[in-house]
Amino acid sequence: MHFAAKDVTCIRGDRLVFADLSFSLHSGDALVLRGRNGSGKSSLLRIVAGLLEPAAGSLSLDAVDRAADPDRFRDAVAYVGHLDPLKSVLSIAENLDFWWRLYGRQGTIDAALARFGLSDLATIPARYLSAGQRRRVTLARLFVAPAPLWLLDEPTTGLDTASIAALVAAIAEHRGGGGAVMVATHIDVDAPGHQTLVLDAGAAGGTP
Amino acid sequence: MNGFLTVLGHDVGLAYRQGGAALLAVAFFVVVVTLFPLGVGPESEILARISAGVVWTAALLAALLSLDRMFQADLEDGSLDLLAMSPVPMAAVVLAKCAAHWITTGLPLIVAAPVLAILMQMPIEGLPVLLASMLLGTPALSLLGGIGAALTAGIRRGGVLLSLLVLPLYIPVLIFAVAAVDASIGGLAARPHLLLLAAVTLVSSVIAPIAGAAAIRLALE
Repeated sequence: MHFAAKDVTCIRGDRLVFADLSFSLHSGDALVLRGRNGSGKSSLLRIVAGLLEPAAGSLSLDAVDRAADPDRFRDAVAYVGHLDPLKSVLSIAENLDFWWRLYGRQGTIDAALARFGLSDLATIPARYLSAGQRRRVTLARLFVAPAPLWLLDEPTTGLDTASIAALVAAIAEHRGGGGAVMVATHIDVDAPGHQTLVLDAGAAGGTP
Repeated sequence: MNGFLTVLGHDVGLAYRQGGAALLAVAFFVVVVTLFPLGVGPESEILARISAGVVWTAALLAALLSLDRMFQADLEDGSLDLLAMSPVPMAAVVLAKCAAHWITTGLPLIVAAPVLAILMQMPIEGLPVLLASMLLGTPALSLLGGIGAALTAGIRRGGVLLSLLVLPLYIPVLIFAVAAVDASIGGLAARPHLLLLAAVTLVSSVIAPIAGAAAIRLALE
């Protein structure tokens, strides 16, 4: 897999968030996004996820532009945003089951739950979960809707040290299996050999 | 098709697990209709004359009640992002959510309508056509409502705006449905009105998924 962003510009409202950002990711790579609040880390992840259109620039996967093959691009990314998309009346397993069905029934729910120590909570309605537990369920979704490029927006929010370690292990395993990761975070995530892209509000380009 | 059924099943299941949506709509429907005899008086002839219009107007308003949550709940918890990124086309997601709204709101209204029509002294010969008009017309309420719900998904307290957007779109449904019932009560053919009502629903089923999907894309930005 080779993902590339070229001269990507983001404008929100009338405000230039960032301009002319270029970077690339190969299988096994990790790109950590750094920057102040509002510098565009989340916007960049949403652009790569296809949820936001860039004001300028292009994105490509294996040298094929996203506009030429949006379906392939969509299938190649898995996105974890700020929010935890859980329905409070459904159990953890039922919440994951919905995404498992919608995203093509890959992986198994039991294995995904086990990755983040949620097996014992599988039948608990999501409304009884703590913020950290909700976050772990959201991360477990990466294993029932797998994709080569993970886009993680502040994935450690609310996690305890054991859960952060589980996430770090999951990222390492994903990279080892040929996947790549883009992660926006304010804390240090142990990802050996990662690149860092520093976004400064309104700045042209970043610091890869 | 699998994706459509998955979203449909999920939303119907959620509505019944959360409870209230169907009951609330039916309760509102009953309360609004029962207000009319109190307001216009108990004379059978007057009630019979306005029965079709009252039942249908109350149904329109009851259908509006749960529309605002059709996409807003998913937008607020981030589910809409994942739905938009899923292999299921957004238009199919919108159609599934409209179908789920109809199953959880429209169907209970159809079940309650004959009872309320009798309460309103509707002549017995009008009841089969009332049922037919509701079966043909209530899907259009969910479909047209889905467009409004998608347009207002990103707006806080968008319920009033949703009503202002959607109620004018409901006018053709109201006109053809009431005309069909009145025609049958008056001994005239209801079929032309029912066919026009079916046409409104068919056109809505084409327009709503496309317009709704476009509106959701805007809401996600």
